[in-house]
Amino acid sequence: MKELLRIKNLKAITTDDGTVILNGVNLTINEGEIHAIMGPNGSGKSTLSNVIMGSPKYEVTEGDILFKGQSILDLSTDARAKLGIFLSFQTPEEVDGVKMRQFLLNAYRNIHSEDTITALKLNKLINEFTDTVHLDKEFLNRYVNTGFSGGERKKSEIMQMGLLKPKMAILDEIDSGLDVDALRKVAESINKFKCENMGILMITHYQRVLDYVKPDFVHVYNKGKIATTGNADLALKVEENGYANI
Amino acid sequence: MSKNDFNINDLIIDQTKYDFRNPEIYAFKTLPGLNEKIIHEISESKNEPKWMLEKRLESLKIFESKPLPKFGVDVSDLDLNKIIAYIKPNAERSNNWDDVPEEIKDTFEKLGIPEAERKALAGVGAQYDSEIVYQNIRKDLENLGVIFMDMESAVKKHPDLVKEHFMKASPANGHKYAAFHGALWSGGTFLYVPKNVKVSMPLQAYFRMNNPGMGQLEHTIIIADEGSEVAFIEGCSAPFYNTTNVHVGTVEIYVKESARVKYVTIQNWSKNTYNLNTKVSLVDRDGVMEWVSGSLGSQKTMIYPASILRGKGAKNETKAITYSGSNQHMDTGSKVIMTAPYTSSTVDARSISVGGGWAFYRGWLKIGENAKGAKASVQCQALMLDNESKSDTVPLIEVHTDDADVGHEARIGRIKQEQIYYLMTRGLSEAEAKAMVVRGFVEPFAKELPIEYAIELNRLINLEVESSIG
Repeated sequence: MKELLRIKNLKAITTDDGTVILNGVNLTINEGEIHAIMGPNGSGKSTLSNVIMGSPKYEVTEGDILFKGQSILDLSTDARAKLGIFLSFQTPEEVDGVKMRQFLLNAYRNIHSEDTITALKLNKLINEFTDTVHLDKEFLNRYVNTGFSGGERKKSEIMQMGLLKPKMAILDEIDSGLDVDALRKVAESINKFKCENMGILMITHYQRVLDYVKPDFVHVYNKGKIATTGNADLALKVEENGYANI
Repeated sequence: MSKNDFNINDLIIDQTKYDFRNPEIYAFKTLPGLNEKIIHEISESKNEPKWMLEKRLESLKIFESKPLPKFGVDVSDLDLNKIIAYIKPNAERSNNWDDVPEEIKDTFEKLGIPEAERKALAGVGAQYDSEIVYQNIRKDLENLGVIFMDMESAVKKHPDLVKEHFMKASPANGHKYAAFHGALWSGGTFLYVPKNVKVSMPLQAYFRMNNPGMGQLEHTIIIADEGSEVAFIEGCSAPFYNTTNVHVGTVEIYVKESARVKYVTIQNWSKNTYNLNTKVSLVDRDGVMEWVSGSLGSQKTMIYPASILRGKGAKNETKAITYSGSNQHMDTGSKVIMTAPYTSSTVDARSISVGGGWAFYRGWLKIGENAKGAKASVQCQALMLDNESKSDTVPLIEVHTDDADVGHEARIGRIKQEQIYYLMTRGLSEAEAKAMVVRGFVEPFAKELPIEYAIELNRLINLEVESSIG
């Protein structure tokens, strides 16, 4: 199996006040693997995903992030996205006045820059993906994430994963704020959009999403690093015993 | 082409499109400055009736006695004595592009005016320097009694209508530049829409200054008679010169009972231009005035489209966008005076400043004691794209009745880093991401424009994103 993402002894601080937020993370994800990172609130799980994407809020002080063997630390966020790394946000940012369709067209054109798809076909494709995640067409005329409900945000983010076809998808708390039915639908979409070689990193607080998207590896995260690694059973243990007793 | 199709090139001002000069050819021009002799020359050249000459001379007296406004842009380096107020182009007025001299026609071709006329307009007036060189309206509208002609012709052919409305909404004693305009005005459009006539496509006037050191001072009057509807678009541009040009235009709009007028401006003067404009609308009972005001070019601008809601139930809607790039100081805003009951007004004014530009919002909303049941809201938002740029808002609100509903909101801010980051995770470069946020910011304005102009606006907004990233 080919290595996709490798995080080596990664340490990072916040840019504004230098607080240490990653404290030596090691993680390797191969093509086609599904990993889950679980951890208590405030353990810095979401931070890891933003450091992987190159958020300007954080600064890497030590270690490396390799994508297919190449360091991506010097790459801008958009360059990382173009390599095929995708992040689904827990609370995606609102961009007032920009319609979803316009945003998706641009995202697609940038990520698939060699694709010569016509505007007409691309519009059709966007319509199809909107249907797949059970979003109304009117959704495409709304402004990016503006006034979206919790469910709409998650559906929108997963739809983008489907449309942009990343090699490595990081899903940050994709289950938060969803009821059981909505969670099942979102999880179904994830499974539908996951192509064979796509690597997935799920970041979650609860085990329940892992009933629908089955992980190959589960990591328990605490205090800025991975504390324990196991298989899907580890998630069940966490659910039973709590993080404190792992 | 959809206006939603994003292309970074659409956002860069294609300078070659506006910045081209024709040779300085003209039939006649005055000496620089302003005095009685020059006024007589202009009036004679136009073969004006005596009453108009007298109005000009009266304005000159007011100009000489009035002090400069105590607010707005710094005009200490604007010497009105060096401005050539009247340059008559070497062309006769015509309603046929084929009659317009090649060079002048070519100018308007480059600006896309004849093409827009064929596609989406009910009529066009084109002014080159101090005179209208082309004016035409669709025959069916003319048959309905719509009058659309250059102001000089209107003075002669419709003296009563002109006398009744000329500088009544914006009198010469309003301020120093209004008096300057009254003394030297030349060109502009006269539009009369008869009772209950609804003009479905917009009419357009385009103003082009070609000569250096000149002043363009066109006068526009729109009279929308009872129950009529019309939309009017004005565009303007000039090549860049190292000498100062000045534009002191005046627009007067009379919205009669239950009539509706939409006035759209896309101002893109070159950065050697002082743009000191006056626009006033008088709105009668149940009439609706919509100002859509885009101030993008010029070195310094003062413009505050005004609506005086003097009839019961009269309405005003102002949507304004101001762009202030490097070396620009834009003092823009709105003025709404509500004197009758149940009048209402909304103002949505937005500005973008970048590259050291300064955008100043100046608003005045006055609700008089008779305006019982009035409703008004003022919203101003300023977006600064970098640390060198400046923004101010001074919204003045005066309410003289207890029975009024007034809302106000002002926001000055920068693009959120989180927005840029989010868009970049979707493959947009930093420049594209910023451009997209700015496009979203101007969207409420852009959607008021006909699609051709919305595309044009995208082209006009030079985000200077490269320099703002630094």
